[in-house]
Amino acid sequence: MSIILDHVSYVYDADTNMPVKALDDVNLVINDGEFIGLIGHTGSGKSTLVQHLNGLMKATSGTIYYNGEDIYDNDYNKKELRSKVGLVFQYPEHQLFEVDVFTDVCFGPKNLGWDDKKVQLKAYEALKMVGIEDEYFYQSPFDLSGGQKRRVAIAGVLAMSPEVLVLDEPTAGLDPKGRDELLNKISELRRTTGMTVVLVSHSMEDVANYVDRIVVMNKGRIMYDDVPSEVFKNYKELEEVGLAAPQVTYIMHALNDAGLKVDCDVTTINEAANEIVKALKGRK
Amino acid sequence: MLRDITLGQYYQSDSVIHRLDPRVKLLGTVAFVVSLFLSDYFLGYLVAILFLAICVELSTVPFKFIVKGMKTIVFLLIITVVCNLLFTTGTTVVSFWKVTITVEGIRMAFMMALRLSLLILGSSIMTLTTTPNNLTDGMESVMSPLKKIRVPVHEISMMMSIALRFIPILLEETDKIMKAQIARGADFETGGLIKRAKALIPLLVPLFISAFRRANDLALAMEARCYRGGEHRTKMKPLKYRKRDGIAYGILVIYIAAVIIVGKFGIPVGGFVW
Ligand SMILES: Nc1ncnc2c1ncn2[C@@H]1O[C@H](COP(=O)(O)OP(=O)(O)OP(=O)(O)O)[C@@H](O)[C@H]1O
Ligand SMILES: [Mg+2]
Repeated sequence: MSIILDHVSYVYDADTNMPVKALDDVNLVINDGEFIGLIGHTGSGKSTLVQHLNGLMKATSGTIYYNGEDIYDNDYNKKELRSKVGLVFQYPEHQLFEVDVFTDVCFGPKNLGWDDKKVQLKAYEALKMVGIEDEYFYQSPFDLSGGQKRRVAIAGVLAMSPEVLVLDEPTAGLDPKGRDELLNKISELRRTTGMTVVLVSHSMEDVANYVDRIVVMNKGRIMYDDVPSEVFKNYKELEEVGLAAPQVTYIMHALNDAGLKVDCDVTTINEAANEIVKALKGRK
Repeated sequence: MLRDITLGQYYQSDSVIHRLDPRVKLLGTVAFVVSLFLSDYFLGYLVAILFLAICVELSTVPFKFIVKGMKTIVFLLIITVVCNLLFTTGTTVVSFWKVTITVEGIRMAFMMALRLSLLILGSSIMTLTTTPNNLTDGMESVMSPLKKIRVPVHEISMMMSIALRFIPILLEETDKIMKAQIARGADFETGGLIKRAKALIPLLVPLFISAFRRANDLALAMEARCYRGGEHRTKMKPLKYRKRDGIAYGILVIYIAAVIIVGKFGIPVGGFVW
């Protein structure tokens, strides 16, 4: 069970005099149950890439396999693919339209042709998963706060019980608290359900604490694809393409340069704190 | 998907036509449209076709791209042709069931289709080679004599430029929302009329909300910059005629004269003068 991208390229405006090569020979394997962070500077092709994962966009060249089947085959069921690979767009709150929160979340599962009981059950579960309380269920989605709207929109996709959840910059425009809450929720969700999650972001800080693998994109190409600590080793190169490693990486390297022998591969604040304490104790 | 609508869209390039003053292109388009009604015979249209072909060639916009925009009017074209074919009286060519097709009908249908296509093609050359901003600047300048009779020229052109500016934005937005709803299993392509109309609700509601939000933001931004209408506003890039614009006006005059003269002659083919 996996998604395989085989030499995928995509060109926008191919028939004009200014074609934009948004994806350039992308090879990627997304395994079952993985938590992947897809990182790249603005315009590096992240959104374009994720729209290929559920067949919304068709690659100019290359093939995509979902569970071993070519999704561009004529008789491939695209609709089913879209329910299996749930895609939450950038600013998903802009797609809300129903009279109340609960009905809006029901939209997705209803489209899958499930019976009412299952639809409502799934919608309820999804809203609970993203932490929306019952009291909001029958409010207009437009009366909610920005962060709540976004959670409702994410619930709208979750309610379709996807096997793979793809989130395009879910934290864009949220305050630090809203961001941490949302990321914690996603992380928890993935722990409890075991689904595959692809998290798009342009902030290493955001993903470093959560994901088990980071894919760095630059100008439509995959630049790095490795576990976080390995990727952050290239923090100088990352800066050159407009990205930055987490603060922790910089601090650890600075400490190391100043003569305190610490392990620079740690990625989270907690690990770093432990590491520093250990190093200081060792010195005494 | 929606990005295929090229009617009224700007095509970036750096051709002679692109560099012409927007007023030349505006008046030129008006002249071209008028010229289509000046000649009674096919030869006059041949001149128009030739003129248009040269403009297209000079504009460096790929012909394929222009034709893509024509797709939207195919329906209109078909109706015109069918109506003219069926409802023109004259010498019968064929007649079956209750339908009679006449020589005059064929001629009319052909001429009208030609006229309509040329009209659309001609005006798309203008919009394809002129940025919306330039276009409305040109319009404001061309219409400025109307200020004397208290027509709010500046306000009209401001509204136009905002509307034009918003078309691609809203198209893009539509595309995005459509994709987002398709990702949630929405189906815009199958089903009967009612089902399809209903399927549009998840698209239209967010679209309207977003349009209002954008309008609101824009109004706020304009107010924050103390925008308050036409009087005493100066332009960052005032329109200025150059030598090539003079030449273009000259060519236009020659073109109109050619259409008038050539349009007087018809070629007799198939029992009728074309
Ligand atoms: N609809 C479009 N038409 C033409 N070009 C586009 C379109 N959408 C994106 N592009 C171009 O494709 C490239 C990749 O865009 P994409 O939206 O995938 O980037 P991104 O990594 O998601 O950026 P961001 O972080 O800003 O969301 C960019 O150069 C962009 O200009
Ligand atoms: Mg993006």
